[in-house]
Amino acid sequence: MFRFIVRRLLQLIPTLFGLSLLLFIWLRRLPGGPETAILGERGTPEMRAAIRRNMGLDEPILVQYGRFVRRMIKLDLGTSTSTKRAVTTEFIERFPGTVELTITAMIIAIGVGIPLGYLAARRRGRFLDHASVGGSLIGICIPVFFLGYVLKAIFSENLHWFPSSGRQDPTLGATRVTNFFVLDGLMTREWDAAADALWHLVLPSIALASIPLAIIVRITRASVLEVLNEDFVRTAEAKGLTEQTVRRRHVLRNAMLPVATSIGLLAGGLLSGAVLTETVFAFSGIGAFVAEAIGQRDYPVLMGFILIIAVVYVLVNLLVDLSYSFIDPRVRVR
Amino acid sequence: MALLEVEDLSVTFARRGQRAVHAVDGVSFSVDAGEVVGLVGESGCGKSVTSLAIMGLLPKQPGLSVGGKAVFDGTDLLQLDDRSRRDIRGRDIAMIFQDPLSSLNPVIPIGLQVTEVLTRHRGMKGETAAKEAAALLDRVGIPDPKRRLKEYPHQLSGGMRQRALIAMAVACQPRLLIADEPTTALDVTIQAQILELLKDLVRDSGTALLMITHDLGVVAGMCDTVNVLYGGRVVETARRRPLFRQPRHPYTVGLLGSVPRLDAGRGEKLNPIPGSVRDLLPWPDGCAFAPRCARRTDECVGEPPELVHAHDGRSYRCVNPEPLPGMVPAPREEESA
Repeated sequence: MFRFIVRRLLQLIPTLFGLSLLLFIWLRRLPGGPETAILGERGTPEMRAAIRRNMGLDEPILVQYGRFVRRMIKLDLGTSTSTKRAVTTEFIERFPGTVELTITAMIIAIGVGIPLGYLAARRRGRFLDHASVGGSLIGICIPVFFLGYVLKAIFSENLHWFPSSGRQDPTLGATRVTNFFVLDGLMTREWDAAADALWHLVLPSIALASIPLAIIVRITRASVLEVLNEDFVRTAEAKGLTEQTVRRRHVLRNAMLPVATSIGLLAGGLLSGAVLTETVFAFSGIGAFVAEAIGQRDYPVLMGFILIIAVVYVLVNLLVDLSYSFIDPRVRVR
Repeated sequence: MALLEVEDLSVTFARRGQRAVHAVDGVSFSVDAGEVVGLVGESGCGKSVTSLAIMGLLPKQPGLSVGGKAVFDGTDLLQLDDRSRRDIRGRDIAMIFQDPLSSLNPVIPIGLQVTEVLTRHRGMKGETAAKEAAALLDRVGIPDPKRRLKEYPHQLSGGMRQRALIAMAVACQPRLLIADEPTTALDVTIQAQILELLKDLVRDSGTALLMITHDLGVVAGMCDTVNVLYGGRVVETARRRPLFRQPRHPYTVGLLGSVPRLDAGRGEKLNPIPGSVRDLLPWPDGCAFAPRCARRTDECVGEPPELVHAHDGRSYRCVNPEPLPGMVPAPREEESA
């Protein structure tokens, strides 16, 4: 098991290497080159040449690439052209917010999706089944930002149940430790701060969870229906086991494999969904920051974001592969 | 009194907009305590559906209707509610299935799949259950049972898997064991071992065995009484010896004739039954076997043949059965006319 994890983590290296090549080429191929990206359209030829010299763009391409890789290894992602701060610093401040948001969304999607999909399968052809299948279709179709605005209009502007924006009420003056606001509140025992941060998470995470939730409902339903027809479920029934045992031990566990796979794939999509959700809810995570960076052509920030997505994707799928081995002994890793 | 008395059992699948399918159409037979009874027929004759209906294991679906009676030890199984049925299943009546790999849960160790029966019906837990499970595996001939308990189905061979399933079935010393084609998915050598094991188990414990098979070799080796099914009805019932020596129903004759024989002359052809099960007539229109039957007469179509109870304790559903040797053949129509 340990060797498997190490091996998978080592696989990160070629992945990141390939990605660095792509990013490097992308940066060189920007319209007008990096100097235009920095100066904008109005730079004089002298300024351009100065920047090229400063950035070492007049050196051989391999030397440039070597330097690029060295900086990446040192986690030096350059300076944001719009905020003039180090990209790494910006990310350390903002990334925890996005992680909180996506984890909450994932908890909602899994916690609601699996039971709902299971019940839909058990009540196949009845009201709950039709409702959840139809509802999930709507869930897949509605764009995240639209759902975000609808939720905001109903639950915060009309009913005033939830705050409409932000990650925490700034007047609380909560202490920052990790920048995971909920975690910070728990660690410093500022319970009101933790609760407030959690409260701020509700609407955005529901909006973000809608698509993964819909997909998990459908996959769980299909998977349970398939497992219900398996011979071993009939064997379990023939043993006279109670319905509860048959359900938990024999049906659900076998139905979880495809669901686990889809959760891994969905986790990557969540990060890009976070860009929209955070913008709608003015939630200061990485997503809103990146959305701005796209508008500003802030290439160092975009590059950093792409790197982070890649790393998160690989890590999440490592977790999924590990969860397989808990669910299914046939793929148990050595 | 018989241990299991199946009376006029019928199973119908109705689909909206389609004609209802009578998978089992008035099947009656009985199993005495300790007896080995065979239910024989081709694929699609209703033998598996019969066993599943008795167990209450038919997949619940709209349009399914089960009629008749299946009286086990005085109670009609078909009238029981779900909970009482679950109490009987695995404890009084157990079942083993055709494909041992797909019949075992792939993600749960063999041990738990054995002990869950012990926990459910015998209230055993922890160490006690594990010990009993190991003893059961040992009894069905699985070597090194302690280690096997921790293993998963994919780590066992086909024969071992079927042995494990048998261990689960006999865990509560049921009074009736239903075996639905238990050897079909296995190698020939393993088949013989599994049949030997089943034979030993029923002899030692006095468990009655309902053997469902298409394989006459299995029947010849094991069964006391044989019921031949065709088109969802019993077409012939007899003790094993008379059935093999002098089959009366043309379908039984055909079944026996289509078994390849080692002592057949070189170049001699097999004698398959012509046609296929799809040629089935619905019983109300006459004998379902008539389209494939070599002894077909005009009487076979129109009225369904009744079950004839012969004086020697056998019964067959045929208007023109194979004559017994030494019997004067019934006069043919044209001769008498």
